[in-house]
Amino acid sequence: MLLILCPHCGPRNADEFSFGGELVRRPGPDTGQESWRAYLYTKENLAGWEREQWFHGSGCRRFLEVERNTITNEIRLVRDVAEGTA
Amino acid sequence: MAHRMPVQPGEVIDRSDIRRFLWNGKPVSGFAGDTVASALAASGVSIFSRSFKYHRPRGILTADHHDPNLFVQVGDEPNVGAGHRLVEDGMVVDAQGVWPSLRFDLRSANRLVGRFLTPGFYYKTFMRPRPLRPLYQRVLRRFGVGGTVSDHATPVHPEKRYAHPDVLVAGGGPAGMAAAIAAAGTGARVLLVEESHQLGGHLRYTGDETLGLLAELREEVAATDGIEVLTDAVVTGRYDHNWVAVVNRNGAREQLIKARVKCLVVAAGKIERPYVFAGNDLPGVMLSGAALRLMNLWAVAPGSRAVVVAANDSGDAVVEHLERGGVEVVETVDLRTPGRRLVRARGRQRVAEVEIADGQTVEADLLVTAVGWTTATSLLNMAGDLPVYHPPAARFLPGSLPDDVLATGGIVGDGSPDQIITHGRAVGIEAGRRALRRASDWAQSTPRAVSPSPLAAGEPAEIPHLEPAAHPEIFAGPTDGFVDFSEDIRGKDLALAASEGYDSIELSKRYTTATMGPIQGKLEAVNAVAMHAEATGATIAETGTTTWRPPYAPVTLGALAGSDDDPIRRSPMHDWHVERGATPLIAGQWIRPDHYGDPSAEVRNTRSNVGLIDVSPLGKIDLRGADVPKLLEFVLINRWSKLAVGRVRYGAMCAEDGVVLDDGVTARLAEDRYYMTTTSSGAGRVWNWLDEWLQTSFPGWDVLMTAVTDGYAAINVAGPASRRLLERLVEGVDLSRHAFGYMHARSGMVAGVADCILLRTGFTGELSFELHVPAGHGLHVWTSLLDTGADLGVAPFGVEAQRIMRLEKGHLIVGQDTDGLTKAHAAALGWAVKADKPDFAGRPELVWEGASGPDRMLVSVQPADPQLVPPEASQIVDGAAIVGRITSSRMSPTLERGVCLALVDAALAQPGTSLAIRLPDGTNAAAHVMEHHAHFDPEGERARG
Repeated sequence: MLLILCPHCGPRNADEFSFGGELVRRPGPDTGQESWRAYLYTKENLAGWEREQWFHGSGCRRFLEVERNTITNEIRLVRDVAEGTA
Repeated sequence: MAHRMPVQPGEVIDRSDIRRFLWNGKPVSGFAGDTVASALAASGVSIFSRSFKYHRPRGILTADHHDPNLFVQVGDEPNVGAGHRLVEDGMVVDAQGVWPSLRFDLRSANRLVGRFLTPGFYYKTFMRPRPLRPLYQRVLRRFGVGGTVSDHATPVHPEKRYAHPDVLVAGGGPAGMAAAIAAAGTGARVLLVEESHQLGGHLRYTGDETLGLLAELREEVAATDGIEVLTDAVVTGRYDHNWVAVVNRNGAREQLIKARVKCLVVAAGKIERPYVFAGNDLPGVMLSGAALRLMNLWAVAPGSRAVVVAANDSGDAVVEHLERGGVEVVETVDLRTPGRRLVRARGRQRVAEVEIADGQTVEADLLVTAVGWTTATSLLNMAGDLPVYHPPAARFLPGSLPDDVLATGGIVGDGSPDQIITHGRAVGIEAGRRALRRASDWAQSTPRAVSPSPLAAGEPAEIPHLEPAAHPEIFAGPTDGFVDFSEDIRGKDLALAASEGYDSIELSKRYTTATMGPIQGKLEAVNAVAMHAEATGATIAETGTTTWRPPYAPVTLGALAGSDDDPIRRSPMHDWHVERGATPLIAGQWIRPDHYGDPSAEVRNTRSNVGLIDVSPLGKIDLRGADVPKLLEFVLINRWSKLAVGRVRYGAMCAEDGVVLDDGVTARLAEDRYYMTTTSSGAGRVWNWLDEWLQTSFPGWDVLMTAVTDGYAAINVAGPASRRLLERLVEGVDLSRHAFGYMHARSGMVAGVADCILLRTGFTGELSFELHVPAGHGLHVWTSLLDTGADLGVAPFGVEAQRIMRLEKGHLIVGQDTDGLTKAHAAALGWAVKADKPDFAGRPELVWEGASGPDRMLVSVQPADPQLVPPEASQIVDGAAIVGRITSSRMSPTLERGVCLALVDAALAQPGTSLAIRLPDGTNAAAHVMEHHAHFDPEGERARG
């Protein structure tokens, strides 16, 4: 089981979190069908470093941005998504 | 105990404590500290089991937890390792899967047809004709040798344990003990795990001269603060980020320990390899370790006339120990001497004679082999390491390890006990340092959560080199024998697999099943690789090993299952429902009253008088702040900006793909205070959904959100007499229809309880008031309503009556009447979609759905036969095509006919359309689409009353 260093709670098991997939940018509401459906369904599915969203539902309930290597499961950055957008 | 030797210096038995048990129904005795196998061996038992395929007699091979031949049934417990389980008084031990008896097993006739039982035999032979496969399966099952599980066994629910050691040392031999002591000396908290019943590893049984050293190490472990010792426990797996599974065998009461380890030290040692030759599985043929353990730990003579085949110092030691123990060594075959060879062993129930190279035959009842080692690299492999074959030592050695895993002891190299201990200490210091460094990394990365460690990690420890001892590459003699004792695989089976094209060791493993038995390759992997390499003409290094995966050792399913710890949620009125004999309904984590005996009567009473339902599981979210309207506008598809104080509105929520996520009502209780309700099952999902938008997209908004599902008990008071009932209990709120109209919300006092929320909404279609009262007063308000309203005919109703009434009204339930593809228009919620709002979750998809029209529609349907209630999920068909399905159906007590909701192709959604419903018996029933969604009171007059 992965260990995620939650900036609010400390090192916690991944089963306290739910995986939110790759971080994706939401297009504007008037975007065309193609870009909207790409936002919904098309994932990069990277082999290597990936920016992901994880939700610490059984902890601080914060949405976190995580940089994880999908090959080695190494994690090199965990921060609050709100910090990333600020 | 005819084979018991005089007192041995390192013996672990207590001769004053006699234990009596049954073996195949016959009484046997042993001493405390005996394993089942040592006690039986002391009593002269030499056959312990029958082999998997050929039902050959099998005896002691390793005399420890790795022994493939010693699985027995103990009482209700199958597959117990007799080489490990300690004897207890009253134990009932039986051989497994023998018929009719262990000594005379009829199925050993398989031996005679052995040439047909080649690899892939089952695939090749029992495939045709196909209709006979179930018969084949039944017959073949009887040939299996597993134990039996009794239906009457007492269930056990062992609690799991979580551990957070800085350093976990897997293996309690000299290197592991030294590593644990040294790691603890750096300030690390250490968990030391040893599979045997005592610490010490090979020091326990390989020589009297190291017993003193062993005692010193044990004392030092006991005297060192910060070491928790688990014996009779085994590390079964290493997973991502040093998540380590430990099974604490604890006798028969296994417990799974999940440990998050900062640094893992693998000190699993070496496992002795069997030698491949004809007759190598006869009882009386055993490894040198088995003979040493039997003699030195349990004072059991393994035989009386021995032949020893030696290629290393363990073989030399066994000769010395046998002779000292009074066992005559009639021949020593030293394979290091050119020309010396072992040809075969012969015997029926036990080895009787041994043929050696020059055609000479020696009579013997014991044949001990000491021909090599397998390194127990399983845990390293699970950590990503690929072990490398080292020809001079004839064994695999660690390759490169990740930073949080270290190895010491026999897995790395060989040496004197002092050299091994020195290595272990250095590794322990380094493990402590790495654990401290990790702790300090964690503290630095999460300064808000973890305080910095007062200890600082020092410089990397210098770990001395431990050279693997030279060993001849000897795997098989001139004759063929068993490679895998668990699966009955011989060298020729592996050669055949290679010749059939299974030319990689991973393919050969899967085809022959070699290394796939309960021992999982610990004894047989290297031999299998050597046989395969020989057959394919490759080297062992080129061939490599198969991948070691968890579990390293067998684990009971009970330990993995653990206790049943699913949380259960109960409303404050739960006990009242139970006392009234309510039939429980499991709804997610909640237990709800389904009905109190007669749901139809509950419907009729609610429609004609007044009923109460406990709706406490409804999700409830308190929303405050200036930007709440913006949030509601965004997450709900309809309009919210103009909701006045004191009003409540229905709202539906869609995901970004337009699919309906949840629905409920939201009230505006004050200028900046809103109260949202969600479905019971969607409570958590909606809470998370709102939080996700607030945190990821609108972090600047002024919204304070609090989930209050458990903070309020909720009671829906429904029926024509509901207002009259509440007028007796509510203070400070004018309940008249002009002052408190339909879809209004108020706060006030109910039955003396302040701060209650009253919502005039109605899922049932009746005049109704939903009361949300502080949870601690829920039962008081519930019983007050019942006591006060007796003359009005008040009675409780359950979830089933509510489901009937909402279906009579055509109200949808998200997830019941919608599925993972149902967007708002298809769910007949198109009226709510406000496409003129600039943005909201799912807007683009809903705009497109609105423009093109939905592909399906949720409609109300009535069968032509009023008595018919088609089962939910019945298909609606058009000839052979499926054109829809019934999503909800009930007999309506109000209309005295069947009523349904159905999702149908859009072309069939027009009122009056005739439908054909496919019934379970294959016939079609006629039905038609209704004009209104509500089967009952389509104008909604009753709710407005």
